[in-house]
Amino acid sequence: MLEASNLDCLRGGRALFRSLSFALQGGELLRIVGANGSGKTSLLKILCGLLSPEAGEVRWQGTPIPNLREDFTRHLVYLGHAPAVKDDLTAAENLTVACTLAGRTASPQQAREALESYGLAANDVAVRRLSQGQRRRAALARLLLSAAAPLWLLDEPFAALDAAAARFTEELIASHVAQGGAVVYTTHQEATIGAAALRVVELG
Amino acid sequence: MIAAARCVVRRDLLLALRRPSDVGTALLFFVIVASLFPLGIGAEPNQLRAVAPGVIWVAALLSSMLSLSRLFAADHADGTLEQMLLGVSPLGVIAAAKVFTHWLVSGLPLVLIAPLIALQYDLPASLYGTLALSLLLGTPVLSLIGAIGAALTLGLRGGGVLLSLLVLPLYVPVLIMGAGSVDMAAAGLAPQGQLQLLGALLLLAAAFAPWAIAAALRISTE
Amino acid sequence: MSAAIKWYWFSSPQTFFPLAGKIARWSAVGAGLLAAAGLYVGFFVAPTDAQQGEAYRIIFIHVPAAWMSMFLYVVMAFWAGIGLAFNTRLSSMMASAIAPTGALFTFLALWTGALWGRPTWGAYWVWDARLTSELILLFLYLGFMALQAAIDEPRRADRAGALLAIVGVVNVPIIYYSVTWWNTLHQGASVSLTRAPSMASTMLTGMLLMALAFWLYSIAASLARVRCIIKERE
Repeated sequence: MLEASNLDCLRGGRALFRSLSFALQGGELLRIVGANGSGKTSLLKILCGLLSPEAGEVRWQGTPIPNLREDFTRHLVYLGHAPAVKDDLTAAENLTVACTLAGRTASPQQAREALESYGLAANDVAVRRLSQGQRRRAALARLLLSAAAPLWLLDEPFAALDAAAARFTEELIASHVAQGGAVVYTTHQEATIGAAALRVVELG
Repeated sequence: MIAAARCVVRRDLLLALRRPSDVGTALLFFVIVASLFPLGIGAEPNQLRAVAPGVIWVAALLSSMLSLSRLFAADHADGTLEQMLLGVSPLGVIAAAKVFTHWLVSGLPLVLIAPLIALQYDLPASLYGTLALSLLLGTPVLSLIGAIGAALTLGLRGGGVLLSLLVLPLYVPVLIMGAGSVDMAAAGLAPQGQLQLLGALLLLAAAFAPWAIAAALRISTE
Repeated sequence: MSAAIKWYWFSSPQTFFPLAGKIARWSAVGAGLLAAAGLYVGFFVAPTDAQQGEAYRIIFIHVPAAWMSMFLYVVMAFWAGIGLAFNTRLSSMMASAIAPTGALFTFLALWTGALWGRPTWGAYWVWDARLTSELILLFLYLGFMALQAAIDEPRRADRAGALLAIVGVVNVPIIYYSVTWWNTLHQGASVSLTRAPSMASTMLTGMLLMALAFWLYSIAASLARVRCIIKERE
């Protein structure tokens, strides 16, 4: 599904990694590990096309992703370092906007259910008033509405989450993989995701 | 594609509505700058009438500048810009939607408030129409060109000042045609030619600027 | 075929480095010789002008500098555009290297224009259409350089500068046209520096010699600067 071949990444004149190659099939889970500053976030950004590598290329179903643009991004969910929620909007409004941008329609009913599964009430409270962990949940609720996208790229999905929310996220990831999706994620936590095919790429 | 554009317009309008002070500041800036000129050059009515179109247009330029630096910065900081870059609609369409909303909340109010400034400058009421029309055609061009600069200076230190250095020289044709059309009307000549040129600039900018903005955003977020 | 290979070979910064040095040296020598010849023709051979006296002689510097300033902006945008489209580092480096030379000629054109304006119009600065356009061109050059200076990552600096240069080059004719129109509306100066008196052939010779000298100087200065950029980055 997703192939990385001979990726080089330079940031600020320093090589983060060189000649990194791997291939990912549906039903596989890939965890990127490495110390702070080893290029985990950069690698995820390269994989989704936000960053272009110094050398090498990323291919989706055999085609380099710069040639695909929207035809690649429609198969993709990217959850970045920043939660991508607007402080002045409510969690439900944020969710609807995110889904529309990603080309998926989410009815108010679906949005409410997704938020409630993550333990958030779909009310009129602006995200600004929520705690760090709740914001993260509001961002992660997107995953519940993105089952149709085969590839998930998640940057520190468990950061700031409490044990219950972290477990719920792990289950979500596991069930996505079980249904034939592919997930790439980074984490510092010792998360145990019950998936058959866990692979690890170590940076640095 | 249209759904995404409509969604972005709706979102940005909602955000502006929940932070009305941001919109108000730029508008107030416009009024204050325009009110400072008589204090600097004296309140002789003939002189004021002569400089009014230019002053109003320069104030509009500066005020548009002021709100532009925030156009992409907030979305960049909270990560929503990344989601737009990774959305399924072409980035140019999203950029156009954002610029359109920026114009709705910062350009259109200038058009509406300009007659008030014109009153201060004792501009004849017969010129209000030309003034408003020139601003109506010109301010979207300012938003479109300015957004390219805003996208290029995204996340740079001293971004606001740099933005004005990049964008103000490119505003020159709009300033000349905009203020010129009112001058023509004041001299009793037909301002249609200048207004048509402004319209042509608007078409040109609307056709090309969104793609330049999209390219600039991709360059800046790498 | 072999020409194509050579082209690629030279487009690598490392192989271009020594070649640039050689060309820069010879261009600098040529520029010096031609400038001396041009100034000699301009100041000693060309006849005194009936209307403007000796003051007109500054056109031997002013006009070629103004030509060069506009031409270099187009060249800069061209290289920047090539760099953006084909991702060739050397082209982007050329664009960055040309900008200061372009700004220098723009400034020179403004400076000599002001010096010429004093005896002719009685003021150092009048809002003449050409001078005003040159001033805006100077702002465009400075904006390009300021943007590149503000970005730390060389790749982003190259690409952002390129986009700005392309937007600028599309705008330059529009700016020039609008400034000209503005000048007629506000009844600017009627004597223009470049609509100079009927030109004697010696005047033309002097001007062409100076133009060639400026060409060679631009090549020498840009190549010397591109060598510095290569050294800094590689």
